[in-house]
Amino acid sequence: MPGRVEGKVAFVTGAARGQGRSHALRLAQEGADIIAVDLTGQIDTVPYAMSTPADLDETVRQVEALDRRIVATQADVRDFDALKGALDAGVAQLGKLDIVSANAGIFSFGTLDELTEEQWSDMLAVNLTGVWHTVKAAIPHLKANGGGSMILTSSTAGLLAIPNIGHYVAAKHGVVGVMKTAALELAPFNIRVNSVHPTSVNTDMIQNSATYELFAPDLTPEQRTKEALAPRFQTLNVLPIPWVEPVDISNAVLWLASDESRYVTGLEVRVDAGQLLK
Amino acid sequence: MAGRVEGKVAFITGAARGQGRSHALRLAQEGADIIAVDLLEDIPGAPYHGATEADLAETVRQVEALDRRIVASKADVRDFGGLKKAVDDGVAQLGRLDIISANAGISTQMAPADELDEDMWQNMIDTNLTGVWHTVKAGLPHIKAGGRGGSIILTSSEAGIRGYGNIAHYVSAKHGVVGLMRTLAIELAPLSIRVNSIHPTQVDTDMIQNSATYDLFTGKQGSTKEEFAAASQAVIALPIPWVEPVDISNAVLWLASDEARFVTGVPLPVDGGNYLI
Repeated sequence: MPGRVEGKVAFVTGAARGQGRSHALRLAQEGADIIAVDLTGQIDTVPYAMSTPADLDETVRQVEALDRRIVATQADVRDFDALKGALDAGVAQLGKLDIVSANAGIFSFGTLDELTEEQWSDMLAVNLTGVWHTVKAAIPHLKANGGGSMILTSSTAGLLAIPNIGHYVAAKHGVVGVMKTAALELAPFNIRVNSVHPTSVNTDMIQNSATYELFAPDLTPEQRTKEALAPRFQTLNVLPIPWVEPVDISNAVLWLASDESRYVTGLEVRVDAGQLLK
Repeated sequence: MAGRVEGKVAFITGAARGQGRSHALRLAQEGADIIAVDLLEDIPGAPYHGATEADLAETVRQVEALDRRIVASKADVRDFGGLKKAVDDGVAQLGRLDIISANAGISTQMAPADELDEDMWQNMIDTNLTGVWHTVKAGLPHIKAGGRGGSIILTSSEAGIRGYGNIAHYVSAKHGVVGLMRTLAIELAPLSIRVNSIHPTQVDTDMIQNSATYDLFTGKQGSTKEEFAAASQAVIALPIPWVEPVDISNAVLWLASDEARFVTGVPLPVDGGNYLI
């Protein structure tokens, strides 16, 4: 039986680890070839260790182990020319583009009066402008392809406010504006654009000491174990779980990427364990 | 490779034809057994004929051709007792219940809100809203008894998230389905039972392919299918006049499967961008 995205080519940003790697693998399992980019480096205002070149190598290894092709490049979504260069080179090697997963994102925190100029500008540059750059770089290839599907990774924080992350909330809400505008502009070209809105996802972005401190300022650093933090995260959700796994977001991305959702566009698809019901 | 809902059992209302039959077949293709019900009568005021016994028999034939089991019976979603008996009998034969697709629905009189007949209003609410509540109420004890969680998909409409002139009863009932969905999602989350709603734009079935619906969309009497297609396409962003039943079924399948195991409380349009316009 052919895979659900058999023969398609997908561009995934932030693909070195976490959700991005999961998306690359899930799409590859279902028959897609992958164009992967990642910063594979640190941004000063991000309070956890970001991905490395070794992480991106591991994504390449795992996609190739599925007998799919992958073109992986170090590229920064803040740098449009570099991003376009990586995508153009990938399309030149793999022949076309069908799917875009604008996944790359960062996390940091502070109340609105505490956030520094650098925190704000880094957040908007990566999580909002980076998404627009990704879309902009991809549109010519999707038009040349005669259609396609773009999935923009927003967040539940793209639909509601959460204290201490005003810059993240603003950027992720902005992604919804990009998504809806792109969906209208690109519908005549059979290009669909949707956003996904995860609740907390079990990746390095939340499983780190800085995020634990945000969720449990009353505990000592030694007390801030993953087990101790799980009930705090669970209070965000309606389903009895603290967080979802990367593959849960990948399965939503897969549905939106596949022809099964051929007439779905302009949606905010929540994978949020009911967080928005609260 | 195992199907995406392999070994599960799904209860589907309005399964004799249209979206309901499509849902039954798509879920059966992916490994589910089916409990199917349908009214099998004409609906007063509807500008199209109701499904027939032959239609339901054809759904049975097509599911069985996929080597899946199906228990089909005539039942009215307005009649809780009859509906409960149908699902109880189905579970007795098939052994469990995992998925509910509350799909049965009608389209009837088209007129401004102050001109709608009392009985047209009441029958719409009884079928498209109370019928959905009955469906969930009848199926839920069986999902709870399984202790494995489950997935409930309520068919609302684009008219469940925006207003349209001349179908106030339909718009009101379909909005009510969203309220029911959100409440159920909260009540059932501790049991890992997920509840979501689907919001189709125009779907290519008998419910829209009739002269009354053509005229509703074009605003003039005696409209052709071609004129309706143009008017329908004008409210959809993608260059299509309507979607096919299988497009709704693919969304139902995703929500029904464990791939969406942490998706609940979501109103999910399948609408070609209808909502954006």
